[in-house]
Amino acid sequence: MIHLAKRDKIHPAAAWGIRIAAFVLGLLVCGLLAFLMIDKLRNNPAKISDFYLSFINGISSSNAANIWMNRKFWVFLKNLALLLCVALALTPAFRMRFWNIGGEGQTLIGVLAAIAVSFYMGGKGKTALNPEWVIIPLMLVAAVIAGALWALIPALFKSKWNTNETLFTLMMNYIAIELVSYFLIVWVPNGSSALGELPYGHMPDLVVYPEKAVAPANKYLLIVLIVLVVSVLLFVYLSRSKHGYEISVVGESERTARYIGINVKKVTIRTMILSGALCGLAGFLIAACLDHSVNTDSVGGQGFTAIMVSWLANFNPLVMIFTSGIIVFLNQGASQISTTFNVSGAFPSVVIGVMLFFIIGSEFFIRYKLCRSRDEGKEKVK
Amino acid sequence: MSWQNWLNFIIDALTFGATFMYGSTGEIITEKSGHLNLGIPGIMCMGGAGGCLMLSLVGGSSLPPFLIVILGILASFLTASLMGAIYCFLTVTLRSNQNVTGLALTTFGVGLMKVIMSNKNIINVKNYLVIPKEYYRWPFSLIQKDLQAADLAAMGGLGIMFFLAVAIAIIASYVLYHTKVGLNLRAIGENAATADAAGINVSRYKYCATIIGSGIAGLGGLYYIIDYMVSQEAYLSLEAFGWLSIALVIFVLWRPHLTIPGSFIFGILFSCSSFIAIIPGITVTMAAKPLLRMLPYVVTVLVLIISSIRNKRENQPPASLGVNYFREER
Repeated sequence: MIHLAKRDKIHPAAAWGIRIAAFVLGLLVCGLLAFLMIDKLRNNPAKISDFYLSFINGISSSNAANIWMNRKFWVFLKNLALLLCVALALTPAFRMRFWNIGGEGQTLIGVLAAIAVSFYMGGKGKTALNPEWVIIPLMLVAAVIAGALWALIPALFKSKWNTNETLFTLMMNYIAIELVSYFLIVWVPNGSSALGELPYGHMPDLVVYPEKAVAPANKYLLIVLIVLVVSVLLFVYLSRSKHGYEISVVGESERTARYIGINVKKVTIRTMILSGALCGLAGFLIAACLDHSVNTDSVGGQGFTAIMVSWLANFNPLVMIFTSGIIVFLNQGASQISTTFNVSGAFPSVVIGVMLFFIIGSEFFIRYKLCRSRDEGKEKVK
Repeated sequence: MSWQNWLNFIIDALTFGATFMYGSTGEIITEKSGHLNLGIPGIMCMGGAGGCLMLSLVGGSSLPPFLIVILGILASFLTASLMGAIYCFLTVTLRSNQNVTGLALTTFGVGLMKVIMSNKNIINVKNYLVIPKEYYRWPFSLIQKDLQAADLAAMGGLGIMFFLAVAIAIIASYVLYHTKVGLNLRAIGENAATADAAGINVSRYKYCATIIGSGIAGLGGLYYIIDYMVSQEAYLSLEAFGWLSIALVIFVLWRPHLTIPGSFIFGILFSCSSFIAIIPGITVTMAAKPLLRMLPYVVTVLVLIISSIRNKRENQPPASLGVNYFREER
């Protein structure tokens, strides 16, 4: 008979070996699935090399003059940064075993708040701001407060009455989405619900490549830098500060936390405010740096993907840079495939789903080992 | 407003609600085994895709109509159960995190369904939508003209799959609360270690509950596409109703038979915006529609809060919901 046992520890090299094997296996299965679903590939099996090359082409434009002008690479970095920002936001909550799956809603409400500020206070007229850039910090504050509030509501009920936070935060996502569609109807008088780009409250571009002012690097560098700083700060906060220690203890065992005098309610509420505020920051980045507009799909499911990014990194903010990189890499590669092979734009979801199955499954072999039971004759161990 | 209008409104809300009736009955069975399956939207989508794929193959053939109906339902059930089996293998056997696995399953299922349904080479609109519609709405499809003459067009929306949903909800409730199998399953959801000690095969129950639950949820996807919406664009809006099904589970406090009135209420809340307009004396602006659509979620949150404040044992989520069971970790 075979039974399972938890591993005490595993050599890091072995753990990475298992992960890489799972990744490669996942890619092979994706190829197989593509073979079944993509007619062009079935008719011409030699194109399978194009299939895998698309992953590289997805994150790097082939005709770029230099790295500053490489549009796809910068889009990759920008997407990575946004996904990372939401994942970072969720992490403090996850560390204390508070399943905040409301990242989507908390981010979206941040976008909505930032855009609301720019909609009502931007521009000329009576409410015109002087100087005009004041609107940007106002947008940031609004987004952060809105995100924090959206996370605070479930946290309050969790700490007071132990209301199930997973289900609560999940519902808050859809309330946020309907709230956005409400405001779109109110704001857009013609009924199309398409707000369009607002002309106010744009974050300035960081010009690092002056020869070409339109270089994608200039457009996206600011987001990348902000998120990088946030991830380092969050790493320090979680692993070096007293707050971070309290979060870990609450996550490990609520009883232990109470016995050593940690106010669990306070920690829960404080951490969720931080979580929501960081989601709000991600919302601000979307509103002020990228879209300058809002719609129900502004966050585009990243709130859910971020949960997986954070979990894959074992809730470590620095490892998350890597895991969100992998997810964005797969996503852009698969998008490239859907253009190259002319399949549905939903194909990236299939690839990401399959890869996640393999990566999630591989964790089992890292955490557990299969042992052969010795006392098979005497006692049946299942 | 005439009585026909009222009846049409009620029947429309009921038939719309059947989508969530399937979804949440399936999810309740899964959650009772202690597994929060957030893959339900993906599972419902794949259930729809599997059924449509089968109907594309057999819908236009000369098989007897009842066989076509059964094949469609069977294919939908099996595809969805296969999705459930993936979830189960990862969470029960490999002990992965349930939230993460569920969300990955939703990503995968929704994506795969869109890839399948948008491939015109394998999906035949006439075969999966136009022809079987009449079969699935038996016997009301036979008297369609009389119904229209009597201003009761909505009644034509009733059909085999609607009554199947009601039947499944009642049977599931009976099995959960009046049989030994149900008792065992609920015991596992409350405390798997105790159930294990009592000699219940925990893994087998979890597998069966998740796979059967997923299969039932998958039927909701098929129902929505070919029976309620009857549109080749229907698949694009299916995911949202998967999430609404999870909301309904909370709303009915994990009782399958309550999904029947529960889904009716959700159906009213979700579709009333178009009907309220024809009630004299009430004017609905465009802006009110999203607020009305928000109601099911708000009501669900309220139910969640109230049930946690009252803290009555029988109204709580299964105690070990979301926690994996590992025998050697006690």
